[in-house]
Amino acid sequence: MDYPGLIKLLAPECLVVLTALGVLFADLKFWRGLPSRQRFGRGVALATVGLLAAALFAGMGEKSADLLLGTLVLTRVSQFLKLVLLLLTLGTVWLCSDADFTDHVGEFLALLLLAATGMMLLISTENLLMIFVSLELVSLSLYVMTAFNKRSSCSAEAALKYFLFGGMAAGFMLFGFSFLYGLSGSIHLPDIAVALRTKGSDPLAMAAIVMVLAGFGFKIAAVPFHFWAPDTYDGAPAPAAAFIASGSKVASFFILATLLQAGMPGAAGSGAWNAFVPGWMPIVAILATASMVFGNLAALAQSSLRRLLACSAIAHAGYALLAIMAEPADAKPALLYYVTTYALTLVGMFGLVSVVEGGNGDDSMGQLAGLSQRSPLLAACLSVFGLSLAGVPPFAGFFGKFYLFVAVAKSGPTLSSFWLVLVAIAMSCVSLYYYLQVLKQAWVAIPVEGSVPARASRPLVLVVSLLALAVVLLGCVPELLLRFLR
Amino acid sequence: MNGWPILTTLTLTPLFGALVTWIIGRDNARTARASAVGFSLLAFLQAAVLVMRFNTVATGLQFVERHAWIPALHVDYFVAVDGLSILLVFLSALLIPFALALSPVAPNQPHGYYGLFLLLQTGLFGTFTALNFFHWFIYWELSLVPAYFLIKLWGGENRRAAATQFFVYTFVGSVTLLLAMQAVYLATDTFDLIQLADLARSGELGRNLQTKLHWTGLSSGALGGLLFAGVFLGFAVKIPVMPFHTWLPDTYATAPTSVTMILTGAMSKMGVYGLLRILIPIFPQPMRDSLSLLMPLAVLTIVASAFAAFAQKDLKRLLAYSSMNHLGYCLLGLFAALMPSLNSAAGAGERAAVLSGVLVQLFNHGITAATLFGFIALFEKRSGGRRAIGDFGGLRQVAPVLAGFMGIAIFASVGLPGLNGFVGEFLIFKGAFPLAPVPTTIATVGILMTAVFYLTMIQRVFAGPLNPAWTRFPDLTRSEIALFVPATVVMFVLGLAPGLILNLVNPAVLEFVKRLAP
Repeated sequence: MDYPGLIKLLAPECLVVLTALGVLFADLKFWRGLPSRQRFGRGVALATVGLLAAALFAGMGEKSADLLLGTLVLTRVSQFLKLVLLLLTLGTVWLCSDADFTDHVGEFLALLLLAATGMMLLISTENLLMIFVSLELVSLSLYVMTAFNKRSSCSAEAALKYFLFGGMAAGFMLFGFSFLYGLSGSIHLPDIAVALRTKGSDPLAMAAIVMVLAGFGFKIAAVPFHFWAPDTYDGAPAPAAAFIASGSKVASFFILATLLQAGMPGAAGSGAWNAFVPGWMPIVAILATASMVFGNLAALAQSSLRRLLACSAIAHAGYALLAIMAEPADAKPALLYYVTTYALTLVGMFGLVSVVEGGNGDDSMGQLAGLSQRSPLLAACLSVFGLSLAGVPPFAGFFGKFYLFVAVAKSGPTLSSFWLVLVAIAMSCVSLYYYLQVLKQAWVAIPVEGSVPARASRPLVLVVSLLALAVVLLGCVPELLLRFLR
Repeated sequence: MNGWPILTTLTLTPLFGALVTWIIGRDNARTARASAVGFSLLAFLQAAVLVMRFNTVATGLQFVERHAWIPALHVDYFVAVDGLSILLVFLSALLIPFALALSPVAPNQPHGYYGLFLLLQTGLFGTFTALNFFHWFIYWELSLVPAYFLIKLWGGENRRAAATQFFVYTFVGSVTLLLAMQAVYLATDTFDLIQLADLARSGELGRNLQTKLHWTGLSSGALGGLLFAGVFLGFAVKIPVMPFHTWLPDTYATAPTSVTMILTGAMSKMGVYGLLRILIPIFPQPMRDSLSLLMPLAVLTIVASAFAAFAQKDLKRLLAYSSMNHLGYCLLGLFAALMPSLNSAAGAGERAAVLSGVLVQLFNHGITAATLFGFIALFEKRSGGRRAIGDFGGLRQVAPVLAGFMGIAIFASVGLPGLNGFVGEFLIFKGAFPLAPVPTTIATVGILMTAVFYLTMIQRVFAGPLNPAWTRFPDLTRSEIALFVPATVVMFVLGLAPGLILNLVNPAVLEFVKRLAP
């Protein structure tokens, strides 16, 4: 493969990197004197152009390739997911359009775009080294973005916690990868799969699986690797938190599913009731159950919107983990539909959070009081997102959960994974309570005297309404999205 | 049929109307009301066209619309009507404008009130036309949400408690229904209600359940019974069957009276329709096995609710129990139709009579009960919200027209020959007696008590000395007469010429009976 060919395959990534550098340069060179709101506005405009161009290339580019021992693997699904990631990035970028939390506008946007690049590379590889490197690109960018609000000590604290946990998790993951390499003599997932099949349940393989899952458990905020999530969601600037919750989740879940299903099918084991067989299945089952139970119960006690979203993110990680245990034919569509719609919802939610917080950074639920009178459109969007997260039809969250539960329950000759689905359904019922609490604030509670009218910039309202529309549409006609994920 | 997807547009009209009403009716009660009434009339027109073009000779489904919707789950968008559902669709279309016309003129937050009313109608239409459990269930739940908010935000005293009770009760039923149907889906890979009925007939459903669910350690019979119980609970709460009825009197009494008209007129029919469409076709055998338990419940519902109605002081609660009593007849009929009979040829005739009776009773009760609650709404309006049976007396002297019209509705409800209530009850009892003599005989006590409490009500409210507080009690106004005349005409017409609606249901009933044969 020659360089022009390689660049053609990687055109979307290259364009995003160029945009990142362009924004950085333009901000440092031309916009320095302007107030930060205006700088953000211009930066967002430039980034939008770059991202749309990249999306165009991703949509039209090559649909399959496998280069250099799986370093670059393009499939129809991964190319489509790249498009989704670009759109999520675009949504996140637009959340910044009215921001003024920092004077380092160019740096923030550039880091955001670099993180997006990392995610795009992460989903187009089947090579351990490449997985690790792109994951680190994502993580390092996100750590810095979390710390960007220098006026708030919470932001720094959140970043530090995120960084320390993340560093530890990366160490575990790399250690696990080294075991896998030691066992198979390869960093290419299909080769590892072959090697593991003959090794069966080798203790070393088990150690590797545990460590890799610990590393990914951190990325997706599964219990017991979730401690960073509430503080990070709480302290990070809204766009950074939105990106951690959306793009990063989509990419991490995709690669986790690839790693487990394509790289270790021989070491799957079983998570069936009363019939555990060692392998990654029982570990995933335990992580999922713990996340669903803990996330939903902890969310009941939250009074801050961001912490509530963090707890619900833990719970949703639990649901999504279930999908990995389904039959491979169903697992990817179910998982990707679920995390994609979830990511769309969360970008919208963080958009609303940033509106509600207004100038004062208070994200307690009381801030929502009377939103339906202050801004009916935003209140309607909030209802769509809240009900979708709770899994109420006809929104995307309902179909996502439904498809996922069915896929898990149907795996295997008997319905022996049904116990996981039962836990998931029970916990979904619990979750309905706290989402409805949020909606109750918006629709029933009377606004506090002197509360700020919900004012939002046009691009923000536009992006939030578009996301709400997408959530409704995808819920009513899931095939729109599903046919690209199969 | 031909190209126009009438059932889909019928279902979506109120939904669209709800959106429009919500947007344009903000802080303007007149606009909201006009928009809601307009959209409900539009829906009514479509329903009328539907009934007109309904083929009364053909068996099977009509106006079928079927499109692949979610291939991954083998879910189709599948709507159609047949004799089982056509009357209920029409009833829903008829009652909503009627109830809207009797709604308070300017409720607070009118856009919400009228919008939710239309949303409720979408739920009803959807439930009665959907034939794939996936979207059927969405509509089933959708109808619950507006009802909950209508009670909670616009109800009478203790509305919060009543709304929550209503929601929790019906929701528990819905959850067991959903779980049981999920298990059926996982075993068969389809949500298509028609296809599931075929699978159940061929015995394949039982075999599939057995192979897929043997890890639970339950025998095939126990498994079928468990799933049956889950589905039954969902419907039993909705109808309601005693002892799952305790939510009903509070809910009916607390809801705004126009909402109660819909609750009793249309929503209570959803449960019986569920029995006809889902429970009996898909679980015929477990249903037959548990008849010895179900039959006493039906009789209990009929008799106990009639006695309970007699004991009520509040007119709305009285009518609530009476409504339960009337739906009890439907249950009696349905269960009797499943009873084994010695002579199969004669048995088929009885079963057809009973099932026609049930369907006609559903429609007639919808009209009559909604009309009676409509009169209560007038009482409340005229007396400043009072509706205890002892609050009135001698109203006949000051409001003869009102007393006359309401008297007709009451006698229709009692089941006087010549009025619509008679037809359904007669057919049910005629058919049920040979099939299940003992329960039917006991149930006649309920009929007797119905007459007793209704006549008492007439006596206490309309006859006797005039209560001095009501010397200025206004009689029906012209516009109110215009509203109640059509309802009264329907009662007479269907009482004298029941063939009009029996023809609609007959082919479907015969088909249903044929499929019931083991």
